[in-house]
Amino acid sequence: MNPFNYQRATAPEQAIHAITAHNAKFLGGGTNLVDLMKDGVEHPSTLVDINRLNLTQVTATPSGGALIGALVRNSDLANHEMIRRNYPLLSQGLLSGASPQLRNMATTGGNLLQRTRCYYFMDTAFPACNKRNPGSGCAALAGFNRIHAILGTSAGGSGDATECIATNPSDMNVAMAALDATIHVEGPKGKRAIPFAEFHRLPGKTPQIETNLRPDELILAVELPAPKFAKNSWYLKVRDRQSYAFALVSVAAGLEMNGSTIKSARLALGGVAHKPWRSLEAERSLAGTTAGAAAFRKAAELAVAGARAREHNAFKIELAKQSIVRALTLAAEGPQGVQA
Amino acid sequence: MIDTPLEQQKERQLGHRYDAFAKVTGRAKYAAEFPVKNVAYGHIVQADIPAGTVVSIDDAAASRASGVHSIVTPFNAPKLAELGNVNVLQNATVLYSGQPIAVVVARSLPEAQAAAALLRITYKEEAAKLDFKGLLNDARPPKRGGASRRGDPEASAAKAAVTIDETYTTPIQNHNPMEPHATIAWWEGDRLSVYDSTQGISGVQQALARAFSIPQASVHVECPYTGGGFGCKGYVWSHTILAAMAAKAAERPVKLVLERPQMFGPVGSRPNTRQHIKLAAAADGKLLLQQHDSVCYTSMISDWVESAANQTTLLYDSESLSTSHLVVPLNLGMGTWMRAPGEATGSVGLEIALDELAEKLNMDPVELRLVNYAEKDPRQGKPWSSKHLRECYAQAGERFGWSKRVARTGQHREGNSLIGHGMATANYGAGRSPSSAVVRILPNGRVFVGIGTQDLGTGTYTILAQAAALAFSIDPAMVDVKLGDTSLPHSGGSGGSTTAASVGPAVYDAAAQARLKLAQLAAGDAQSPLHGVAAEEIETKDGRIFLKTASGTGPDKSEAITALLARNGGTPVEATATSELVKDRDSFTSHSWGAVFAEVAVDADTHMVRVRRLVATYDIGTLLNDKTGTNQLVGGLVWGIGMALHEESVIDTKYGRTVNENFAEYHVPVNADVGEIDVTCLNIPDFRFNPLGARGIGEIGITGAAAAIANAIYNATGKRVRDFPITPDKLMA
Repeated sequence: MNPFNYQRATAPEQAIHAITAHNAKFLGGGTNLVDLMKDGVEHPSTLVDINRLNLTQVTATPSGGALIGALVRNSDLANHEMIRRNYPLLSQGLLSGASPQLRNMATTGGNLLQRTRCYYFMDTAFPACNKRNPGSGCAALAGFNRIHAILGTSAGGSGDATECIATNPSDMNVAMAALDATIHVEGPKGKRAIPFAEFHRLPGKTPQIETNLRPDELILAVELPAPKFAKNSWYLKVRDRQSYAFALVSVAAGLEMNGSTIKSARLALGGVAHKPWRSLEAERSLAGTTAGAAAFRKAAELAVAGARAREHNAFKIELAKQSIVRALTLAAEGPQGVQA
Repeated sequence: MIDTPLEQQKERQLGHRYDAFAKVTGRAKYAAEFPVKNVAYGHIVQADIPAGTVVSIDDAAASRASGVHSIVTPFNAPKLAELGNVNVLQNATVLYSGQPIAVVVARSLPEAQAAAALLRITYKEEAAKLDFKGLLNDARPPKRGGASRRGDPEASAAKAAVTIDETYTTPIQNHNPMEPHATIAWWEGDRLSVYDSTQGISGVQQALARAFSIPQASVHVECPYTGGGFGCKGYVWSHTILAAMAAKAAERPVKLVLERPQMFGPVGSRPNTRQHIKLAAAADGKLLLQQHDSVCYTSMISDWVESAANQTTLLYDSESLSTSHLVVPLNLGMGTWMRAPGEATGSVGLEIALDELAEKLNMDPVELRLVNYAEKDPRQGKPWSSKHLRECYAQAGERFGWSKRVARTGQHREGNSLIGHGMATANYGAGRSPSSAVVRILPNGRVFVGIGTQDLGTGTYTILAQAAALAFSIDPAMVDVKLGDTSLPHSGGSGGSTTAASVGPAVYDAAAQARLKLAQLAAGDAQSPLHGVAAEEIETKDGRIFLKTASGTGPDKSEAITALLARNGGTPVEATATSELVKDRDSFTSHSWGAVFAEVAVDADTHMVRVRRLVATYDIGTLLNDKTGTNQLVGGLVWGIGMALHEESVIDTKYGRTVNENFAEYHVPVNADVGEIDVTCLNIPDFRFNPLGARGIGEIGITGAAAAIANAIYNATGKRVRDFPITPDKLMA
C-alpha cells in the first residue's frame, strides 16, 4: 500500500471541503476501497473518513417513501423494520450480497460506488485495462470473460483503446434500480438529486468514469419512493455457490398486481452490464397483461434483447432469461417475506 | 500389536483436541506470531511475465524509501548450493508469472510493499507456453514412471459387450490453507533458527543446511502448530530460503509471510488432468479392460505428475489394464501434492466412467463394483493386510437409503428442485515411515512425550497423548506432548496420510520401554513392595505400579509411581524408541477404502446445485480418536463438494496468471453449500500394517466424493458433465 494522508470529517461541509485535495477519496466502510488500495489499484493521496457524519438514519418521507442515510450499513438496512416491510426486494438483495462481516461494514453510499470484480481490473500485473489505465486496452476481451457483461458494452471487440466489458458487482444497486431510487448528493455548488437510472454509466468511451457523481460530491442519502411492490417482489441471485459469491446473473422483479393482472412492473438485472440493467421495454410489456409464463417469457426476451456474448459468457443470455421468468413467477406468487 | 480391546482404548481417547484450549484462547502460536526482537519484514516481489529474463532491477528509489533495510535481487543474491526446484534468485530466468524475483526487507510490512512498488524491473520477454488444450500435441511421458499394463488390452476390449470411452477433465487447484506459508529466520553467527509453517520440520532443516552449506545441527526449526497444509507445505519452497537469505543480507531477523495471491503459483498447485478412460465389460458387468490415460500440465521447473491413473491399477479387478501419464510443460508454477494427489482426480474419472458403464449395463452401480471387487491386490496378486470395502458399501448404502434410488434420470422432483442420488468408491494408500520418540515419566507422575513431527491441525498431539496413555494405562490428560522442534527425536514429514501410522507406534514403543525401565527400577529397589519381582510381571495403571496378578489398588505389591521416583533421586525415567517398519511388509498391500453416497438438489431454472446429503463409511483400520478422525474425513468430503462444484484456478492463457487469485473468486464451499454429512468408520484394526492397527485418514475423505456428487447430478438431471467443476452454466446445455 502507498503512503496516504488521513483526515476525519465531522460535518458534510468539512468533508466536501477536504475532498477537493488532490486525489482524495471518501472512506466509508472501506470494504472495497481499502482492498483496492492494498492491491495497488487505487492510490488516493488522502482519505477523508466520513464515518462520523450523521448520515446513519433510515427515515420515512412525507410522501410515504424512505430516506436512507449514506452511512447506513448494509446489515442495518437489510434488517430495518420499515425496509423489510415496504421494500423486501431491497432487503433480499442486500442479504444475498457479500458475507455478514462485510455487510456489517459496507455502507449504502459506498455500495453505490462498488467497483467491478473484473479480474483484469483488480490485478495490476495485467497491463491492459481501460478502466484502471485508460487507453491500455482490455485484457478481458481475449481473456477469461465468463463473468463479464453481455449488455451495454462499449465498442465492438475490435480491441480499441476504450473498450470495457466489466460488470457492476453490487446486489443492492440492482434492487434500488428496480425500486426507482433517487440519490441525494452535495457538492461545493450545493445539493442535487440524481435519478438512479442516471447515476451509473455505461462504459462508452470512458470506462474509467463509472458514475455521474462528480469527484467533489458527497452522497448524502438514497430516497425510495412510496412502496408499490412490497407484496409481489423477488430478488433472485444465480451464482457459483450458495453464498458469498458474485452474481452470474441476478434479477430484481417487482409487480404491482390487481388480481391476476399486472398493473405495473419493475425489472432489473445484475451481473450482465456495467450498470444495473433496468429494462423499461420488459416492464412495459408486462403492464396490463395476465401474470403467467407467456408474459414472463416475452419480458425475458425483451430484457436481454441486443445481448452480445463473448467467448466464455454466452450462457448468461439464456440464464438471464430463465432467471427472469423464475423471479417474475416468484414475485407473482407473493406475498413474500424476506428469507433472511 | 496393541492387545487392549478397542472399547478400552476408547476410554483413553481425549474427548477434545489436546490443543483445543490453546487454539481457542489464542495461546497457540503459529510461525508468524512468535515475538522476535528487532524483526524486519520481507516482501517477495514476483515476476509479471510468464517467460523470459529479468534484464535489470533498478532499486535506487526503492532503496531510499522509508524504512528499507535491504533489497535482494538475482543480481546481488548470495550464491547458494544447488537446490533443484526452488527459485531463490540464483539466476535471472523467469519460468512463470509469479516467480519470486526479489525480496524487499523493511521496518514494517507496508513499507516493504510500498518500496517494492518503486522497483523498476525490465524484462526480456520470450514466448510462453500457456494453453494446455492447444499444446496437447506437446504431451510427453514424464521423466519418471507413469505407465503400466496387464493382460492383453486389445484382445480384452474386442470381447466386450459394453464399452465406455470418454474423457474427463479436472482443473488446476490451489491448496489455500487458512494459515499462509510463513517464516521467521535469524542468524547467530553460522547458526540459523527459523519458525516455519511446514508439514516437515526435518525437511526444512535439511534444505536450509544444504542451501547455506552449514551442518544440519546448525539449523534449528520450530513449528508447534501448522494452520493447515494439504500438501503445499510438504515441500520447502522459495520463501523459506529467501527469508534466511534476507535475514543474512539485512543482518537482522526477517519475517516473511505469503500474501493470499502469492499462494497461487509459488507454493505449488494440483495440476489439471485430462483423463481418457475406456472401460470394456462383459454383459454380466465383469470388467475386461480398464484403460486410463491421463495428461496433466507440468512446470518448466521440474516434472511433477498428478498421477490420476495410479489408483486404477488396484481398485478393481479386470482381465486387462493399461494406464499412462503424459505431461504438457507450461510456464506455470510447479505442481505438487494436494490432498490425495492422484486419487482425488483419478477417482473422478474412473468412478464416473463406472457410473456410465452401470447405466449401459442396466446394473446397480454398487453391484457393478461388487462384481469387480478386488479380493487381492490386482497388481501382483498380494493379499491385502485388511480390506472390508464390502462392508463399507453395505453400511453407507443402508444409512443412505440407496435401495430407494430411482435409476432412471430426472424422475424425482420436489418443487423446482431435481433430486438425484449417486455413489462412488473412496480409496487411498497406507504408508509409514520410521520415526523416533522420547517418553519421560516425570517425578510428579505426569508423562512427557517428545517427537520431531508436526500437527497440521489434524490431531497429532491428541493421538500421541492417547498412545502414551494407552501404554501406561493412565488418563491422557496426564500426558504432555511436545512437537514441532528439530531438537526432538527425528520424525518424517506429515504427508501421504502417514503420520499417525508412523509416529503413533514410535510413541507407544518408547512408552512401553519407559514402563519396563520403571519396572526394573522398582524390582531393584529394596524399599519397593515390588522388590525382586521380574520386571515383566509388573504393570502400571492410573499412576500406580503393581504386580500383574494384584489388583493395583491395595497396599500389597503396589505403590504410587511418584513415591518410587521420589525414593530414587527424583529424576525422570526416560526411553527413546524408533518404530521400525514391519519385516514382512513386502508380502502384502495395505490400503484404505470407503464408499460415498450423495444426494443433490439441482434447481431446474438456475441450475445451482446443492449437496443435500453425503453419507460415507470408511475402512481405515483403528479410528484413533473419534473427533479428530471423523473431522478429517468430513473435511475431505467438504473438499469433495468443492472439487465437484467450485474449485478452479483459472489461468489466463496470454499472461499466464491465475485470474481468480483470492477467496472471493477462488470458490471453496461455504457453510451454505454443505448439507448433512454422515461419516462412519468400520474401526477394524489392521495389525499387519502396524501395532496400532491404524491407517492414515488425512486424504481418503476427498476421494470418490466429487464423483459421487457428479453421478448424483446426472441422476437428477440426465446431464452428464465430464468437465469439472460442475458450475451452473455447464448444466444448461
